[in-house]
Amino acid sequence: MADTREGLEAFGDVLAVLAAALFALVGAVWFFGSSDPAMSFHGLLMLIGSVLAGIYVLNTAFREKAARAIGNYEPPEGYFDGPIKVATVAAVIWGIAGFLVGVVLALQLAYPALNFDLPWISFGRLRPLHTSAVIFAFGGNVLIGTSFYVVQRTSHARLAGRWSPWFVVWGYQLFIAIAGTGYLLGITQAKEYAEPEWYADLFLTIIWVTYLLVFLGTLWRRKEPHIYVANWFYLAFIVTIAMLHLVNNAALPVSFTSPSSVILWSGVQDAMTQWWYGHNAVGFFLTAGFLGIMYYFIPKRVERPVYSYRLSIVHFWTLIFLYIWAGPHHLHYTALPDWAQTLGMTFSIMLWMPSWGGMINGLMTLSGAWDKLRTDAVVRLLVVSVAFYGMSTFEGPLMSIKAVNSLSHYTDWTIGHVHSGALGWVAMVSFGAIYCLVPWLWNRKGLYSMRLVEWHFWISTLGILLYITAMWVSGITQGLMWRAYDSLGFLQYSFIETVEAMHPYYVIRAIGGILFLSGSLIMAYNVWRTIRGDEPVDIAEQPRVAAAPGLRVQPAE
Amino acid sequence: MKHEVFEKNSIILLVGILVVVSIGGLFQIAPLFWVDSTIEKVKGMRPYTPLEQAGRDVYVREGCYNCHSQMVRTLRDEVERYGHYSLAAESMYDHPFQWGSKRTGPDLARVGGKYSDQWHVEHMINPRSVVPESIMPSYSWLMSRQLDPATVEARLKTLRAVGVPYTEEMIASVRADIAAQINPDSRPSRELLKRYPKAKVAKFDGRPGVPPTEMDALVAYLQILGQLVDFATFDAAGPNLR
Repeated sequence: MADTREGLEAFGDVLAVLAAALFALVGAVWFFGSSDPAMSFHGLLMLIGSVLAGIYVLNTAFREKAARAIGNYEPPEGYFDGPIKVATVAAVIWGIAGFLVGVVLALQLAYPALNFDLPWISFGRLRPLHTSAVIFAFGGNVLIGTSFYVVQRTSHARLAGRWSPWFVVWGYQLFIAIAGTGYLLGITQAKEYAEPEWYADLFLTIIWVTYLLVFLGTLWRRKEPHIYVANWFYLAFIVTIAMLHLVNNAALPVSFTSPSSVILWSGVQDAMTQWWYGHNAVGFFLTAGFLGIMYYFIPKRVERPVYSYRLSIVHFWTLIFLYIWAGPHHLHYTALPDWAQTLGMTFSIMLWMPSWGGMINGLMTLSGAWDKLRTDAVVRLLVVSVAFYGMSTFEGPLMSIKAVNSLSHYTDWTIGHVHSGALGWVAMVSFGAIYCLVPWLWNRKGLYSMRLVEWHFWISTLGILLYITAMWVSGITQGLMWRAYDSLGFLQYSFIETVEAMHPYYVIRAIGGILFLSGSLIMAYNVWRTIRGDEPVDIAEQPRVAAAPGLRVQPAE
Repeated sequence: MKHEVFEKNSIILLVGILVVVSIGGLFQIAPLFWVDSTIEKVKGMRPYTPLEQAGRDVYVREGCYNCHSQMVRTLRDEVERYGHYSLAAESMYDHPFQWGSKRTGPDLARVGGKYSDQWHVEHMINPRSVVPESIMPSYSWLMSRQLDPATVEARLKTLRAVGVPYTEEMIASVRADIAAQINPDSRPSRELLKRYPKAKVAKFDGRPGVPPTEMDALVAYLQILGQLVDFATFDAAGPNLR
């Protein structure tokens, strides 16, 4: 047995070094071969990353070989948590970066002088940086980290692969760096939430397939006969995102050393493909994946089983079936054929049902433990996130109705809706999961400070409320002004008058954003003190589940 | 059937997920490629000139779609504010489409011809010099960036490879056409107009003799938006359509 294991590990090491060498070669070709300085820079990033990874693998392999030779090698046992720690810290850092860019954008809309006449930080280049940083960098790391955690615990199995989980996590950070710096340097496909160019897309595809294999491989090792419900959602998220990514980004590069490419689809087909992708980036990245978090972390934290097993089955299959149809509601009254618009609207309205089914399943898991809402701020973050999920999944179907959409579309109402989902649901449930994970992963008795979690909760909630109310008012105001007629039957307002009317709401929105950003800084401080190993200041106020599994006091019988 | 089947076998679960999430796309996207009425044929549509396409690339690079739509919806106030509602055919050569999703600034689907070239240049250099309440960033650096004809040529070839009907002649004369479009009343500019009817020929950035800049390209692109279909003769019910 020991020999087989050693052989397998050696094989893994060889593969990892070969992969690193291959990536280094591609990086070198781009670095030396591209006439575009931005792509050259990205080649350099790839080259450095691959060389470092290769050296690390070789170093580990030789160290272990030496340890084996003198007989004191201990093979790694138990759960594989290193990559999860990296993803958790990365999520906190990218989150702050993404929120900060969001605040800058909000201020640029209120005070355009803040564009400073510089190409790299003008609104049009910064906005994709913000959306990608919060969705893919912050949200993506939370999803990778929690999915690796949940799949191991619910399967009672160690993460599959020796180097693959590390490749997924570090490769993903490199992808983020390449995509994000690309936006600032003007490298973009100009498809919303799919802005990275072909080479970043290809790199992400390799990472994503590895991610899927690691996840599946861990499921195959499971000692539980059943696959736990959270893993269904994670699996649906991983495979559907792969499908969406491949179809929507299908492009022909201008050349192997050119950063630009041409999307295969055009006009109306491209629009439909894009919003099929775009809405399901919401449906599968920001919903299915985070529902996986809900189905594991809420029951764990409140120590109650999921409310209804049958409801989770119905919730799962109806949600993933209906979501994929909802895309055309982004294209009402456009040149997209009417039948497609009507289908999109109909399925969006039906989607309300599974969404609320899931919300009820999450909320009712607190049955018999509602007091924890008062006593545990982490539970409050998780539960309020589900409440926001319910609110934005009600608002979404409403806005997909053509008559409502004719008013709301193109206005800030959409922006407000997105943020009630992104800040209220995605970010809050992520904060809850991060606050759970940090003491569990780093083996601490609890968080450094529960009081600071309280502060984080209230400051973010206030920020979100300011944000979404400001956007409701500005969006509906602007929509109404665009269609207002005077008594003579002429359009009452010029476009620029409607822009001017937005100014106060843009200021309020920026204040909301600053509050939300401040909350995340508090979290970063709290997480840092916890990881450092500082003695918790209010351990008496923390529930026993706040501690790492090995450090929990048994409840009194 | 018991749900256990899915819960106990990851491959069956995986296949189940794939089937369920594929149906929507197959019903909504696939027909758009073969139902003829999706893009009804309209007279006047042609690929962009090299200069216009270069301008479009600047538009894409700077992320203009984050604030400007290019899609006039079939609503009374929009038609009165912006002009005839957009037809599917009008974006048939747009890789990628730029319909947008937000109007922080106005729709641009029919901005061509509404303002003078000089207005656009002033507006790009400092939007608040012509619209005091504007919140648009300034794009003054476009004046100093020269176009690279080789890049434009490579781009047109790639566009042709994915189906945009550029002819051999058009590809061969990319460099000449860029020069011609900023050189009014010249012989090459008349050749350009034969290849690309309705193209606007002007030294867009207002500096005759200066090599083509990104400002020339962007203004050329903005000035052609919505100009190709002649709505004076277009009849939604008529032979334009089928």
